[in-house]
Amino acid sequence: MFRPMSITGLFEDYPGARGPAYDEMFAAEQLRAPYERLRSSLTDLTIPELAARVEALQASYLDQGVTFDIGGEERAFPLDILPRVIEMDTWSTIERGVQQRVKTLEAFLADVYDAGQVFADGVIPRRVIATSSHYHREAAGVRPPNGVRVHVSGIDLIRDNAGEFRVLEDNVRVPSGVSYVMTNRRAISSALPEPFAEHRIRPVAGYPQRLLAALRAAAPAGVTDPTVVVLTPGVYNGAYFEHALLARTMGVELVEGRDLVCRRGRVMMRTTKGLEQVHVIYRRVDDEFLDPVHFRADSMLGCPGLIDASRAGNVTLANAVGNGVADDKLVYTYLPDLIRYYLDEEPVLKNVDTWRMGDPEAREEVLDRIDELVLKPVDGSGGKGIVIGPRATRAELDELRVKVLEDPRSWIAQPVVQLSTVPTFVDGKFGPRHVDLRPFAVNDGNRVWVLPGGLTRVALAEGELIVNSSRGGGSKDTWVLAGPGPLPRHAETTTVPVSPPPQTTGPALSDLADHEQQQQQQQGVSTGSTTQEVPPC
Amino acid sequence: MLSRIAESMFWIGRYVERAEDTARILDVQTQLLLEEAGIDEQTTCRTLLSIMGVEVDDDTRVDLTTVLRLLAYDPHHPSSIASALGAARESARRARETLSVPMWESINTTYRAIPSGHFTSMRPPMVFQWVRERAAFINGTADATMTRDEGWHFLMLGRCIERADMTSRLVATAAVAASTGSPWTSTLRACGAYEAFLRTYRGMETDRGAAEFLLLDRLFPRSVVFSLNRAEQCVDNLESSGQRAGFQNEGQRLLGRTRAELEYRSLSDVLADLPNEMERLQRTCALATEAVTRRYFAGAEALAWQGVL
Repeated sequence: MFRPMSITGLFEDYPGARGPAYDEMFAAEQLRAPYERLRSSLTDLTIPELAARVEALQASYLDQGVTFDIGGEERAFPLDILPRVIEMDTWSTIERGVQQRVKTLEAFLADVYDAGQVFADGVIPRRVIATSSHYHREAAGVRPPNGVRVHVSGIDLIRDNAGEFRVLEDNVRVPSGVSYVMTNRRAISSALPEPFAEHRIRPVAGYPQRLLAALRAAAPAGVTDPTVVVLTPGVYNGAYFEHALLARTMGVELVEGRDLVCRRGRVMMRTTKGLEQVHVIYRRVDDEFLDPVHFRADSMLGCPGLIDASRAGNVTLANAVGNGVADDKLVYTYLPDLIRYYLDEEPVLKNVDTWRMGDPEAREEVLDRIDELVLKPVDGSGGKGIVIGPRATRAELDELRVKVLEDPRSWIAQPVVQLSTVPTFVDGKFGPRHVDLRPFAVNDGNRVWVLPGGLTRVALAEGELIVNSSRGGGSKDTWVLAGPGPLPRHAETTTVPVSPPPQTTGPALSDLADHEQQQQQQQGVSTGSTTQEVPPC
Repeated sequence: MLSRIAESMFWIGRYVERAEDTARILDVQTQLLLEEAGIDEQTTCRTLLSIMGVEVDDDTRVDLTTVLRLLAYDPHHPSSIASALGAARESARRARETLSVPMWESINTTYRAIPSGHFTSMRPPMVFQWVRERAAFINGTADATMTRDEGWHFLMLGRCIERADMTSRLVATAAVAASTGSPWTSTLRACGAYEAFLRTYRGMETDRGAAEFLLLDRLFPRSVVFSLNRAEQCVDNLESSGQRAGFQNEGQRLLGRTRAELEYRSLSDVLADLPNEMERLQRTCALATEAVTRRYFAGAEALAWQGVL
């Protein structure tokens, strides 16, 4: 096919992937299939035009308040203008893999907080759970109304050097970021209308409705029209924007701990009309802060009595308390076995190779090659405490070695995986930046639904491998392409009435029409005598 | 509606109105200082600050720049327009899930002018014009997009109480300045009421008439009586008790009593000691706010758990 020279325009200087990392857009000089249409639809765009659109994008985020604080200064949430494209086939694998994982985690949690058959069968040692700081006895024996503990989950995926998606970690406590999936889509569709129109992209706007349906389905038995609320730690929480967005788009109240009060085993919220009972709480507060009676006594974020109310079956907490045992990085290493044990299936998505430091043989090997590996604390999240061997100094490694030997159970080791790269617009040009992907899944008890898209996080510094927004990461809109066939959108044809009545006009408007007629008449008169000027009226 | 959200709505109403009315008052006063040659800048500025409830040490020099800093530009001073807009936005952020998107964005974009430096770069009287326009934009957006539920009534209640309070301050500044010049015309202009006033009083421009118009006119939307009336209605809508006798709601009682007193006393009586009368009115507004807070917003304080570990 003939291609004019200008087509390379935007990506002319793009160096492609460095080192072994997989670049999702370019294989050497060659464009990869999912991006062909995207690039051709960007042909007419020049770098300065693109830069102007990037600026407009940021301004719109500031106006909408899609921001986060860095040292007290409010900044627009960084969103890269170039979307990431995932084709239908690739996505269906991810979807199946995520569903499989969520189902396994559900089964595992149900087992852990019940009979513990999995320990008896020797799939996973009981001490892995018993030593986890996220195992809460308060949750033992509680059977959630529709059997769901993981109402919302986010499974972090990366693409290895061969381009295969692998699971990096599971998040079944309070995964955040889904709001950016929705706002990113709206922002990109107005910033890049041309490519947007040329792709068949699966919509992400349906998420709040799915979530609400799942939350309603989880209501205590016998409640037909449950009151659902979102519980936030407050405006100073980094994810407050998301809490507000979800509450707004689901049409439910956003409450803080102080808005709730427990009376006789029921949870009530304080309204201007007195107390009103709450049935389902989508809580975005961590377990430890949820209820000062059972957990941290100094917490002001929760509500005393919440756990007892939920144990009494009068309120459903989503996600359930104690889910942390399942997304522990140590349990992660057992997940392929758990999938085989509970579902009798082979894992669709592989784990990243991982060594447990609690395992003496593995520990010896890892400590020998500690400078080549990544060490992660089992409890950490948000990229905290991770040590990347090749980037660490001698002293840091020595310190790490001591820490690992002191408490081996708290550490796992993984090889340095070069996350895949996608062209990202930084400092006026496209350069390769590392990305990961967090698809979100909603479990309503009948089906695990995976939001087609998910959050692509991108490390904005060149070569940086940690993508968390708390570490200066940005995001990309993630386009999951639909196959042929109709998109699940409403295409109702509304009938236009045949003869709608004309709009009525007042005196001023009809005067205006008359006035024009008058002028025309005058012109008609004046054309007779071309030498005379039209007299002013 | 959650008590906490109701409180936020109430304060959005108040802060937006406060920013707007402060801008109106400053507009009048800066104009007076420019036009009237005989005016003493020090005294005028000092009086203005005291009427706006700002305390200044006796030995500090107070000029127009100080006033503008304290009442307009300084985002850290609680009486400034900048801080009122910031507080309106902070309240909106707390009630964000209940606000319509256009409503939130109208407040947020207004606030954005402060950290971006756009607000400080504007000088009087442009800046006052801008504040009035933004307030009109926010109020108009609220009017066009909000359902007339409790949230709306709390917003209106806040706005009306603030307006009664601020109009009384505006009248007080005019009354004080009356000894040196003729401030009533510009005061009326600042409310956009000059033409309406002239038509109502058939061109008879008197100080007495102007004060009457701003305090007691039942049809002019910025007058004290009109604002108090609307505030009463809002509380009535919220309460809707259908009681046969009297009023249970302390806020309603306070607002109604003050309005009746204003309306039924003779004008000369009120005008005799205008600054003090206005101060009493402002006190009523504060008490009414307290009563509303106790009645509707109470109980939203955080609980500390005194348990045994």
